[in-house]
Amino acid sequence: MRFLLTDEQSDLARTLASLLAASDVPGVARAWAAGDLAPGRALWARLAKAGLFALAVPEEHEGLGPLPVELAVAFVELGRYGVPGPLVETVAAAALLPAEHLPALAAGDLAATLTLPGGSPYALDPHAAALVLTVSAQGGLYAAPGHGEPLPSMDPARRLAVPAAGGALLATGVPTAEALRRARLLTAAQALGVGQALLERTVAYVKQRTQFGTPVGAFQAVKHRLADTLLALEFARPLVFGAAVTTADGDVAAAKLAAGGAAYRAARTALQLHGAVGYTQELELSLWLRKARPLRDAWGTPAQCRAEVLARYGEAGRTATARLTT
Amino acid sequence: MDLTPTPEVTAFREEARAWLRAHVPARPLPSLETAEGFAAHRAWEARLSAARWSVVSWPERYGGRGADLERWLVFEEEYWAAGAPGRVSQNGISLLAPTLFDHGTEEQRARVLPPMASGEVVWAQAWSEPESGSDLASLRSKAVRTEGGWLLSGHKTWSSRAAFADRAFGIFRTDPQPAAAGRPHRGLTYLMFDLRAPGVTVRPIGRLDGKPAFAELFLDEVFVPDEDVIGEVGEGWRIAMSTTGDERGLTLRAPGRFLAAADRLVRLWRGREGGAADTALRDRVADAVVGARAYELFTWASAARIAAGRAAGAESSLNKVFWSEYDIALHETALDLLGADGELEGTDWAEPYVFALAGPIYAGTNEIQRDIIAERLLGLPKGRR
Repeated sequence: MRFLLTDEQSDLARTLASLLAASDVPGVARAWAAGDLAPGRALWARLAKAGLFALAVPEEHEGLGPLPVELAVAFVELGRYGVPGPLVETVAAAALLPAEHLPALAAGDLAATLTLPGGSPYALDPHAAALVLTVSAQGGLYAAPGHGEPLPSMDPARRLAVPAAGGALLATGVPTAEALRRARLLTAAQALGVGQALLERTVAYVKQRTQFGTPVGAFQAVKHRLADTLLALEFARPLVFGAAVTTADGDVAAAKLAAGGAAYRAARTALQLHGAVGYTQELELSLWLRKARPLRDAWGTPAQCRAEVLARYGEAGRTATARLTT
Repeated sequence: MDLTPTPEVTAFREEARAWLRAHVPARPLPSLETAEGFAAHRAWEARLSAARWSVVSWPERYGGRGADLERWLVFEEEYWAAGAPGRVSQNGISLLAPTLFDHGTEEQRARVLPPMASGEVVWAQAWSEPESGSDLASLRSKAVRTEGGWLLSGHKTWSSRAAFADRAFGIFRTDPQPAAAGRPHRGLTYLMFDLRAPGVTVRPIGRLDGKPAFAELFLDEVFVPDEDVIGEVGEGWRIAMSTTGDERGLTLRAPGRFLAAADRLVRLWRGREGGAADTALRDRVADAVVGARAYELFTWASAARIAAGRAAGAESSLNKVFWSEYDIALHETALDLLGADGELEGTDWAEPYVFALAGPIYAGTNEIQRDIIAERLLGLPKGRR
């Protein structure tokens, strides 16, 4: 038992963070929102070169994984820097696609998006994906022949469309549950990163914003709200990494519920504590402010996650680690 | 990063579980907060101690098993899952003992710890004063030098279970000069004293739930020998703060307690007629399950950091706010599940609910904890409290 990131895992976070810090991700996200996908695709290629997608693909198909803890580490950073695109969806698709697609996916040459049975009817950013996938209730994986008009999301960097029915059958009996687990876990990790970015920026702001002759961050009402934001994020974090370790449905649902909720609360706090300037589009903060709510609901709304947690909760007498894992 | 126990830890868990299954009283003991219950819980401590389960993390020579943090957490999990009694010696075990390990002498440890482990001597804390709560450093109770020791005078209060306990520990002003010069944290000394010594008057205070379990202490020139001073004279604040970290954090509320409570809550919910249909209550039950898991995993992460040599520090304030608010929410959900029976005093949930209400107040109020989180973890500027 050693529930702590290894040095290599911490290094991965640092490597990605320095890559992203040097990539003008806010500019990339604004271009993506405006329909200019080129900067986003260039960033995607750099992330692939750093090994991001290889983490989702088994070694026998030219990947390094699947490595759920490393993926969670990476997606916290992707959320923290606000990287746009169907990243979660591409990693989830790696669990479904036939082997011949996997080397390209690992290399970053295959962006995919998908819907799963019982989930949202919308696929994220199909206009940016080479493959739009659907899965039938019987576990048939289809390459959708097209999709409806992409609809703008509350997050300008996200667009949603309903994939067209039918298309080429790529595989049968695909592990839908595994794809959902991945999508849910990595959305949770991304949300955690979004919450962290909102908190970091708000803490910096309240230290320099002065009213009544003092930094507003010295006022208890402000401090306590930020303390509660940190608290929610820091108790969601071990759920996210715990779920990455156990990959159990109950743990994954718990992580999604907690991280999505914490990120959304962080967004509310960030907006409130920035005051009127927070309510402006030009402030970079808006990139994360508008992401938090969609991520809270993507791949598992709070209600769905709570129902999953209780459905998976074992009878009394189990040891704690088995409580949510069976 | 892993969550798999070693075979040795699993064997330890099984040994603890087997002993607890065979020895935990079938019927709950009377309330710990009454004279009768206090005696029954003291007798339980003696049984635990005879089998060396009362202080598993202490070295063997003081009655423990030398268990590491992982084993201690496993023991706590089994302890609460078994429905075992509350710990009457908790204040001594979680506050005074760590202080003695870090700052006491070998003579003090050998004298104080074994009878603490067996429940023969039960300790109460004497921190707060009527005018010094959150602003503890403003305290006025004093210790004046006398031959061979100190004479304590003053008024301490909110001393949990002092109505029944044997001895107490706290901090006293041994040098009034620094406080007069605006440095109230200086000139304080950490002392142990006998609650039955001449000059001590213990006045029980009825709690919110009517139980006479905490008390105020009136001290009038109570003699404390030099051997009962812990650490250096004048260093009491620093020494006391090193244990409040323990009180707020890991050693006060092991996750096993909340894992067991969440189990009980799920059983209550599942057993309720038509319970699953009420989604508002269902959501709160789910939140209790998720909260217990979050607290468990947060604690495993803290334990791993501590094992890697990193100090717990201000993160113990996150811990304290979390469990104290979680505990109330869980019990409120239970009362709501009970419906019309929720207001009755005789249910399994009533007493722990009233007890949970105190959580955000004791061990440093949650307002103070949030100040600590904001200032020490987020780096926000200090302001007026």
